Amino acid sequence: MLGRLTVDALPFYSWVAMGGAAVTVGGGVAVFLLITYLRAWKVLWTDWLTSVDHKKIGIMYVVLSLVMLVRGFVDALMMRAQQAVSLNSEGYLPPEHFEQIFSSHGTIMIFFVAMPFLTGLINIVVPQQIGARDVAFPFLNSVSLWLTASGAGLVLISLVVGKFSQAGWTGYPPYSGIEYSPGVGVDYWLWALITSGVGSTLAGINFIVTIFKNRCPGMTFMRMPMFTWTALCASILIAFAFPGLTVVAGQLALDRTLGFHFFTNGDGGNMMMFANLLWIWGHPEVYILILPAFGIFSEVVATFSRKRLFGYTSLVYATACIALLSFTVWLHHFFTMGSSSNVNAVFGIATMIIAVPTGVKIFDWLFTMYRGRIEFHPAMVFTIGFMVTFVIGGVTGVLLALPPADYLMHNSTFLVAHFHNMLIPGALFGYFAGMNYWFPKAFGFKLDVKWGIRSFWFWFIGFYLAFMPLYVLGFLGMSRRMEHYADPTWQPYLVVAALGALCVLCGIACIAIQLYVSAKNWGSARDITGDPWNGRTLEWATSSPPAPYNFAVLPQVGDIDAFHEMKIRGTAYQVPERYEDIVMPKNSALGPVLGVLAFVLGFAMIWYIWWLAALCLVLSLVCVGIRSFDDETDVILPAAEVARTEKARLAQITPDDLHDMRDFLPVGPASGEILPGRA
Amino acid sequence: MTETAMATDLLEEEEQKSLQSREFGFWVYLMTDAIIFALLFATYVVLSKNSAAGPTSKDVFDLRHTAGETALLLISSLTFGMATIAMARGLSGRVLMWLVVTALLGFAFLAMELAEFQGMIAKGAGPDVSGFLTAFFTLVGTHGLHVSFGTLGILVMIVQIPLKGLTPPVRSRLLRLGLFWHFLDIVWIGIFSVVYLPGVM
Repeated sequence: MLGRLTVDALPFYSWVAMGGAAVTVGGGVAVFLLITYLRAWKVLWTDWLTSVDHKKIGIMYVVLSLVMLVRGFVDALMMRAQQAVSLNSEGYLPPEHFEQIFSSHGTIMIFFVAMPFLTGLINIVVPQQIGARDVAFPFLNSVSLWLTASGAGLVLISLVVGKFSQAGWTGYPPYSGIEYSPGVGVDYWLWALITSGVGSTLAGINFIVTIFKNRCPGMTFMRMPMFTWTALCASILIAFAFPGLTVVAGQLALDRTLGFHFFTNGDGGNMMMFANLLWIWGHPEVYILILPAFGIFSEVVATFSRKRLFGYTSLVYATACIALLSFTVWLHHFFTMGSSSNVNAVFGIATMIIAVPTGVKIFDWLFTMYRGRIEFHPAMVFTIGFMVTFVIGGVTGVLLALPPADYLMHNSTFLVAHFHNMLIPGALFGYFAGMNYWFPKAFGFKLDVKWGIRSFWFWFIGFYLAFMPLYVLGFLGMSRRMEHYADPTWQPYLVVAALGALCVLCGIACIAIQLYVSAKNWGSARDITGDPWNGRTLEWATSSPPAPYNFAVLPQVGDIDAFHEMKIRGTAYQVPERYEDIVMPKNSALGPVLGVLAFVLGFAMIWYIWWLAALCLVLSLVCVGIRSFDDETDVILPAAEVARTEKARLAQITPDDLHDMRDFLPVGPASGEILPGRA
Repeated sequence: MTETAMATDLLEEEEQKSLQSREFGFWVYLMTDAIIFALLFATYVVLSKNSAAGPTSKDVFDLRHTAGETALLLISSLTFGMATIAMARGLSGRVLMWLVVTALLGFAFLAMELAEFQGMIAKGAGPDVSGFLTAFFTLVGTHGLHVSFGTLGILVMIVQIPLKGLTPPVRSRLLRLGLFWHFLDIVWIGIFSVVYLPGVM
């Protein structure tokens, strides 16, 4: 009846595991009680969980990501603590537990922190940047969110019922096969990946279509804001790469569950194929995470340098180049597997070539800052911190791209330092910059600057303290994922790295404080105009937070910096001659229902509860069938209501709130006319 | 024009736009599906000679059976095409008839495929025997699973057309289902020429 699920699955075997389970269950109960205490269930259900509004879906993605960031970071802290003390001793974690922790850390950070964070930001911002009222498929958007959330749910529940994978976040066979990992751990990992992976694929398709089809009049491809460009390239990568993850995870699941022989040691399996298939997804995934962050940096650097983005066209081409090249380098993740030296050389050279368009981008951002009036807003500070740090990661990446050098450093902590050096500044700093930058757009008030700057410095210094020692340790010969070690010269470095992790902990605490302080003082930091930073792109033309329809009248675009141009011309904030009815998508409960079904389906497959899995599959098909019969998924928002909302908004804005655009007017021979106040 | 008429017009205009997006989105979805099949094909090519101690492709493939499956699937693509032509002329009765024929052909194909699988498993050539059979069952089975979902989709359309008539959303749905069905045909041709044909040569 319950497959292999028994009472033994509960974590009564170790104190640390019980602590993790207690925190997870306690957190869940606390959230449940808080919502009940606030009597917020109905509001939560009707206004949020069933919402198909891209802004709300985006916010829910980011909330999921921040919660999982805490979980993934606790794993990191535990690893650093273990390695700091486990010289010639067992430390405080048994090996099988340490293995679960590094496996879940990687899985969570990639799939349930980075992916939802970037998808959330894309959701909130891209439709507004292209002057659209919503994404192409609002309901599908909700399904994507809930599939991602159900994958995250599977990872979280693995702390309470059963164990998580011990095979690392990449889960290489044969170790991840049923013979060497007979428990449910690898299955938790697989089903979390499959569920959230399908969600990501659907999100990718959605944003490709949104950006192709929903742009406002005048917004040609070469007038799209950089963030939209990077979101488009990332979405294309998602649509092309994530099916690969579905295939490889499905194959390993078949091996484990039904005794197939894709990757087994004997019987004609080929485990090297796993590495190939995984990284055919895995390398583009790196760029899926980083490209949107590059887009954020581009927006932030232009806004806070008060200049037009330098080299827009070259940035577009560099982004497209990176997207293309990202499919040509996957083998560099396993040079040591024994391909011929010519094959290794081809992939090594392809890898080094990616550094070229990336370098182009760095120079474009530097030239944007050159002679700009830089404002050290937290978003800008994260951007500068990224540029300095990312270059180091790029250099070590080019070093690793040399196959002979890679043979020496493969699977050492040098590699660990390298990819954290790419992903923490390259992805996470970008998302934090985006959070600081777009928070007022999503919520209508600004984030506290002081705590934002503090969070940056703790993250920045913490990063260097945590990972520079790992570069050194790599040269000293330390392998990654060591539960204990016998070389006393390593310990000082590991202690410094642990201090770095504590420093990052302070950074996370600062973000929590920043959110708390900003929410408490929201009245004094309100964003009346919808344009708190004197922004350049269309998302700043809407109110903060935007009305459900974003734009009462679809804008007409004639420039890369569309909203900047409107402000210069004085056409921003104008009352249109008349308002029109607007068609809006209806909310749907099927999104969360499908998410729950996917969660239970995954859980049933993990524990071999076949009847339940079959039931969930049938119910999911029924849900899709029901939806296919519904041709009335839209409602009309009457023009009168639109007019009321817009008038209330415009009435709040006084001329004093508006930014002084005189400084941006062309001067000298370029101006062609005598400017007011300068004659 | 009355206000309700204007509202209906607006809804229809938005619906039209949304259907265009759906058709484009469906093409993108088909591309993602094509990648799934591409990787399964690649896997098959890598594993096709790894029959371990088990039966080889020569022992298990029967081209006559495969020819029957191929004929059923290709004819079903033709009959779906006929349904699409009937839809363009607005003849919902004829659309229904052709869809029923297509669904029957789909069922017949699935029945033949299941018989083939069952026969192989009974002969000791199941997917858990060797790398070759694993890859074979997964590739052909994934295609079969797609055909099952496609047939299910046809059944849904057979219910929807009499209930709703050939409205724009129904037409769009049928068009997309048709794309899916023809796509499966193309994949089958790939399976025939990469799996079965070299397998018996």
